[in-house]
Amino acid sequence: MDIKREDILHLADLSNFAVSEGEAESLQKDLQSIIEYISQLDELDTADVEPTYQVFEMENVWREDEILPQEADREALLALTVEAKDNQIKVPKVL
Amino acid sequence: MKIANKKVTAERLVKDALAKAKHFADYNIFTYLNEEGALKRAREIDARIARGEKVGRLAGVPYALKDNFLSPEGETTASAHILQGFTAPITATAVKKLEDEGAIMIGRTNLDAFAHGSSTENSYFGPTLNAYDRERVAGGSSGGSAVAVALDIVEFATGTDTGGSIRQPASFNGVYGLKPTYGCVSRYGVVAMASSTDCIGFFTKTPEDMDLLMSVASGRDPKDLTTLDDYYNVSSNAESDDSRAFATTGAIDEASPVTTGASEEANEASDSCVRIGIIKEFDNDSVDKEIRNALKHKCELLKSKGHEIVELEMPALKYALAAYYIIVPAEVASNLSRYDGVRYGFRSENSEDLDALYSNTRDEGFMPENKRRIMIGNFVLSSGFYDAYFLKAAKARTLIVKEYEKAFKQCDYILTPVAPNPAFKLGEKVNDPVAMYLEDVMSVPLNLAGVPGLTIPAGKTKTGLPIGLQLVGPRRSDKSLIEFSKELQEDD
Repeated sequence: MDIKREDILHLADLSNFAVSEGEAESLQKDLQSIIEYISQLDELDTADVEPTYQVFEMENVWREDEILPQEADREALLALTVEAKDNQIKVPKVL
Repeated sequence: MKIANKKVTAERLVKDALAKAKHFADYNIFTYLNEEGALKRAREIDARIARGEKVGRLAGVPYALKDNFLSPEGETTASAHILQGFTAPITATAVKKLEDEGAIMIGRTNLDAFAHGSSTENSYFGPTLNAYDRERVAGGSSGGSAVAVALDIVEFATGTDTGGSIRQPASFNGVYGLKPTYGCVSRYGVVAMASSTDCIGFFTKTPEDMDLLMSVASGRDPKDLTTLDDYYNVSSNAESDDSRAFATTGAIDEASPVTTGASEEANEASDSCVRIGIIKEFDNDSVDKEIRNALKHKCELLKSKGHEIVELEMPALKYALAAYYIIVPAEVASNLSRYDGVRYGFRSENSEDLDALYSNTRDEGFMPENKRRIMIGNFVLSSGFYDAYFLKAAKARTLIVKEYEKAFKQCDYILTPVAPNPAFKLGEKVNDPVAMYLEDVMSVPLNLAGVPGLTIPAGKTKTGLPIGLQLVGPRRSDKSLIEFSKELQEDD
């Protein structure tokens, strides 16, 4: 399939990137060649084959729903952000 | 490996390692050197030794930590701009287990940002140079860790392997590199790339060191519910007698048991004759001739020791790389959606509103290869393409898993090249993503199937570049795989 400029902008939007002019151009070329490569799966016959999403040997691992002591407390976590105020993370306006 | 004792102090070991790290500074191996922290820990261990207290199995052993393992010592950046400034408030389980045994982290090592790459050139901090040729790549993504061990700066280094990121740089730098069975070592506290294929493993100079590290690091972790039960050390009881026998005789008698009763997954043949599978589809002109010759040479060596070589047909492996570069980007897109500049790491300045803060931070903070993978992931998951790409790849994965199951009915282990070529020149593939992906063509099938693989050094090319081969076993065969690799050792 052909990857067009608007496809790149749509994917950038889905991915939450602001992409520049020049970047969109190189991404278009690169994604085109990657998608051509992965499209070779078309020729593989997968009729009646169940999908595999994980190779772990168990289905569910149950545990009690309880709060355990954590390594990092509120202060340690808030210290990681660029700007905190009144025990909250500060960000620019939302709307 | 050298362990600290009354004669050789931990402080001496750590100081030597730090001096070597500085001596090789221009290889760009480390993103952080833990000078103060490492020396402090070394002195604590020496004080305990002096008091006659019990110390761990890795007491005073200097090691290098791939910079995608979280610990409070130094910033954990995953070599990505978007994580700059992030000092982890928690410690990865693997790190905790190593340090509980006395290992001392002397530095954090360079990688392709978020482990996306096969050369360490996608690092925000620039590439790491190959230990044997400074014009060539270290391999990747765990390039810094591989070179730190190859240049003998440290006794061992940690790595992560999502599609070959331990095995390929190990082969490019002539050291051992293990990708264990999926779920063998806890992933807690390691920067997630693709959750269904990410594995934690090590670089070492010997199989014995690898076995020791795995016995320390493996096992169930309540903080990672995808960890398996503690099978590695359970099988060690049954196998320890054999490994001791090897250590005392020095050479392995042809008639002596080379695998043990504990590896019952694989063993239908007699104890003395091990069946080694060679994959027909990997024996072609796309693989470097010297690597193919190294493989043939090792097969002759195994035959001379009384083992049997079995030719395998695994046609589905041809599609493993395409399936991998659908499944992994899909998981990458999901796992990397958390980086938005709000809670930790880098935040873009002067964004008008919250949406702009997200998109500017992600635009400025990710490397081009991170962006390609996130966008491909969102492409294969998006409405209209999901069935044709993601679902199709998940079905291909089933065929690949089944192909390994079938193969391990015909043989005990598989021996293949790790990569199609030895270390390539810096800059050679960096602008061609598909050429870079093709580096992974023989390493990714293992990750899709969850089976373990060990890179073993297998000589050098005429120009002096290391050649590596990978020994592959069924799930949970990690210990016997490491043990059997000793059969392939030769004097250089």
